[in-house]
Amino acid sequence: MPTIIVDGISYQVDANDNLLEALLGLGLDLPYFCWHPSMGSIGSCRQCAVIQYQDEDDQQGRLVMSCMTPVTEGAILSIDAEPAAEFRSAVIENLMINHPHDCPVCEEGGECHLQDMTVMAGHSMRHYKGLKTTHRNQYLGPLLNHEMNRCIACYRCVRYYQDYAGGTDLAVFGSRGRVYFGRHEDGVLQSEFAGNLVEVCPTGVFTDKPLSERYTRKWDLQSAPAVCTGCSMGCNISVAERYGELRRIHNRYNSEVNGYFLCDRGRFGGGFVNHEDRIRRCGVRNASGVYDPVSKQQMLEKVSALISAAGSKVVAIGSPRASLESNHLLGKLVGRENFYSGLSGREQSIINAIYAIQQTGGARIPTLREVEAADAVLILGEDVTNTSARLALSLRQTVRNRSKEMANQIQIPLWHDAAVRKLAQDEKSPLVLVTASEDRLEDVSCLTHRAGPDDTARIGYAIANIIDNRYSRPADLTDNEQTLAASIASILKNAEKPLIISGSGSLNLAVVEAAANVAWALKGENKDSGLIYCVPECNSLGVTMLHDGNSNNLDDLLSGSDDIDVAIVLENDLYRRAGSTAINSWLGKVKNLVVIDQLDNPTASVATLVLPAASFAETEGTLVNYEGRAQRSFAAFLPQGDIQGSWQWLLDIADQVGTQKFGSIRQFDQVTEDIAAQNAALSGVTKAAPDASYRSGAGQKIARMTHRASGRTAMVADVTMYEPQQPVDNTSALAFTMEGANLIKPGEVPSSLTPYIWSPGWNSNQAIIKFQAETGGALTDSDPGVRLIATASPVADLHTRHTTIPAITRHQGGSLQLVPGYHLFGSEELSAYSKAIAELTPRGYFAVHPDVAGQLGVADHDGLETQINGANVQLEVVVSESVARQCVVYSYGIDATGELVHEKRGTFKKAESWESSRPSNLIMSDR
Amino acid sequence: MSAVKNDMINVLSQQEIDAIEAEIEHLPDRKSAAIDALKIVQKYRGWVSDDSLRATAKLLEMSDEELDGIATFYSLIYRHPVGEKVVMYCDSVSCWIMGGNKVRDRLKEKLQIEPGQTTEDGKYTLLPVTCLGDCDHAPAMMVGDDLHHDLTPESLDKIFEEDA
Repeated sequence: MPTIIVDGISYQVDANDNLLEALLGLGLDLPYFCWHPSMGSIGSCRQCAVIQYQDEDDQQGRLVMSCMTPVTEGAILSIDAEPAAEFRSAVIENLMINHPHDCPVCEEGGECHLQDMTVMAGHSMRHYKGLKTTHRNQYLGPLLNHEMNRCIACYRCVRYYQDYAGGTDLAVFGSRGRVYFGRHEDGVLQSEFAGNLVEVCPTGVFTDKPLSERYTRKWDLQSAPAVCTGCSMGCNISVAERYGELRRIHNRYNSEVNGYFLCDRGRFGGGFVNHEDRIRRCGVRNASGVYDPVSKQQMLEKVSALISAAGSKVVAIGSPRASLESNHLLGKLVGRENFYSGLSGREQSIINAIYAIQQTGGARIPTLREVEAADAVLILGEDVTNTSARLALSLRQTVRNRSKEMANQIQIPLWHDAAVRKLAQDEKSPLVLVTASEDRLEDVSCLTHRAGPDDTARIGYAIANIIDNRYSRPADLTDNEQTLAASIASILKNAEKPLIISGSGSLNLAVVEAAANVAWALKGENKDSGLIYCVPECNSLGVTMLHDGNSNNLDDLLSGSDDIDVAIVLENDLYRRAGSTAINSWLGKVKNLVVIDQLDNPTASVATLVLPAASFAETEGTLVNYEGRAQRSFAAFLPQGDIQGSWQWLLDIADQVGTQKFGSIRQFDQVTEDIAAQNAALSGVTKAAPDASYRSGAGQKIARMTHRASGRTAMVADVTMYEPQQPVDNTSALAFTMEGANLIKPGEVPSSLTPYIWSPGWNSNQAIIKFQAETGGALTDSDPGVRLIATASPVADLHTRHTTIPAITRHQGGSLQLVPGYHLFGSEELSAYSKAIAELTPRGYFAVHPDVAGQLGVADHDGLETQINGANVQLEVVVSESVARQCVVYSYGIDATGELVHEKRGTFKKAESWESSRPSNLIMSDR
Repeated sequence: MSAVKNDMINVLSQQEIDAIEAEIEHLPDRKSAAIDALKIVQKYRGWVSDDSLRATAKLLEMSDEELDGIATFYSLIYRHPVGEKVVMYCDSVSCWIMGGNKVRDRLKEKLQIEPGQTTEDGKYTLLPVTCLGDCDHAPAMMVGDDLHHDLTPESLDKIFEEDA
């Protein structure tokens, strides 16, 4: 490690860093704008100048831009030298010439990197007396505000949007003093990752629109460390509240998972917490079908009476979107044999297979950071951008590894962003897509093949067989399949760290098994192969691990003939997972349906008793992500009314019933400990985060509010002049106050309990630099979460495991293969209730290839109908060249598509009476 | 891209499309022809409208934003309508020393417009330009494609008489 001398003090730094990274990594303060740890340097803003001296005799030195200067052994530098400080102060004064004096009304105020850097650079008096440039702002959709006058032209937004996230509809226009960052014309930003501009922009040009509608300054928000429930990636988020409402979701850095960025479902999908359809009171359905509110105690007595009635048959349905704790207690209350995972049989068999594959140790399960290190990628039947968006953003970095290789060959440092990109031009590491319909990653893929799920599996099997002929080979491979598989196999064999991605998205077991074969075969060739499975929901893997992949599933229950006295449904809308006919006929056998949920969904609407459950923002819970990482999520605020965490409801019910099954379990942490004790696979969950007894070095709990939260005493001044006592948090080490351990003193707050990011002088999220062991690296006290699936050495004879190869898909007497099509906005249950997301959700549809449309006699905007298990489903037709022939792609989770998820095939005909009912708001990313 | 934008390719004439395709043939990829394509469109139309910009972007397989970023960067690609001829007077240092301001004032008076405006009859648009490479004959200006130098307020009258 080279030694550098900064203002007379010697430091050891990383030779691969530029000076700015190195100096920031040492904890020194140096202002910057255009550099970003994930995006490297372009030397555009000139803000990070320091003096570099030739040698010890050099008294003068010269100005260098630290972000553009490599670390060299023995470099003598000064940040504090007068000429450097003066230069930086002049630069910021220049950048501020057109910046308005609107901090008091700007959403960025109080967490503005520009404010911080202006103060740091010492610019406190303006000399400029002229007019400021004024711009017209654009409408950019429901997620982001645009206020161009605040721009300081650092170019970070376009570098992030185009270069990092692969978007094409945000650019810079004009030149000189007139540059404008925006779109060609007003319109919704098309990138699924546009929301990150809120944090990437160093000032208030791009701000969070839903937040500004009910605005609160960062310092007045009450925050908690949480885990996103939008998909199975498990991105770490900071959830913030004011006046009992969720106000915004911000990124919470985890170097192994989401790094600096979220997807827009994650950032804006939390709006459901404030939705008018939230269930806030306990309700009992009366004879006329209306819910009468009852008190919490009355409800507990009713539920308890039902459960305790002699000879009562009680069953329970868990949920892949509920925490481990809630699912565990539900299973404990009714007994394992009466617990059903809440996944459909089809879904459960696929996820069981995934979990079994992960346990073989046949291939690594890469973290998202590791994904970015792969040198070839094969995606089999998973629309990653729409099911697990954050992974897609990582893959957009993965394909850049070729350019990094090229840069290494001629010794261009990798942080030298513009140079590395210029050198590589369009050269990319290979990414191969085999999907049933258009995929947003096609612009970075070297080979895209369109195939329905069964045919996708066949290609996967063929690839594995070509790599290692002990793996099963499809018997009747066509020449086309053979050629395709051979070329993909050769791409993968040329790589050192090939990555195979698949998942439950195509609802096809063979696809999942084929993907494992490819990864295992590559491992057999001594490749460091990785294998990722995207699973549908935030805790799909967790609820599967809870019973070691042996849970009963929803179909087991629905197909049973037993009469049931009480069925308890935990956070699960059954109508999304099975046909309505099957559910309704089962409900005929259920005397009392008890639903514990957050929103008034179709299942809650037919319940006998409804118990209001807390959302992820209002209670604690442990979730297991796609890689088997257990992460604890904490409440940002306590919910109003009778709402409480599902786990708390179950504890209260057990207490009321007086069951002995729960032993001494009364507290959240005891539930987690019980999970660890009862399930070998989950024995690590207690290590996901410190328990409620954790105290800082000074013996304090951790404050959810900032130390300068203002106006708490005035919050209820319209009701009483006395400040009520803050609620007490007995379930975690966090407190609902500004008093306690906070971020002022480094090391006081463990990373998994960090509610928001802040450091003295660093009010924006860029303060994270102060909490990293090295710039852009792991957090000082390690990244949150604990991985539960050990990477053991592979079990023997993996090639004998998966041998059931589907036949080639042919037209079968007018029946077509049903394939779910996913949408980042709309396919996930809860986020779809968020107002901003709902605005971007497309209408439900059946998408078909033009050939198929011709055969069926339909065109765009016509209707198609199908009879499935007694239900008639009609949706609008979308005709697209990019749908595989023999397939009908339907909008998963949008409109009446719950009827379809069970079926592999369907017979379609034109819906003669079809009339499109909603205005079209399909955006490009939805096609 | 929506179907509407797809149709916009019809906005361009066959001559324009042929000329642009001819440029593309010499280049490694379609995008590289961006500046040439904009110049071709401008040659035929005098300026580049939003519609022709979108059509050109489609032809080059670029997003509207990418091409508009290039179009607006270059001050000689006009994104607003201009007169039949653009009068570009130099406002750089050599011309300024040699009396460029007087030339500018006479132009404003003669055409009855401010820099950036177009005469009422649509004949001329007046624009300042940074150096025409004719410093040894300053002050200089261009009217359409013709370069005029050693300008005096008096010589301007003659130039416009001849141009009329």
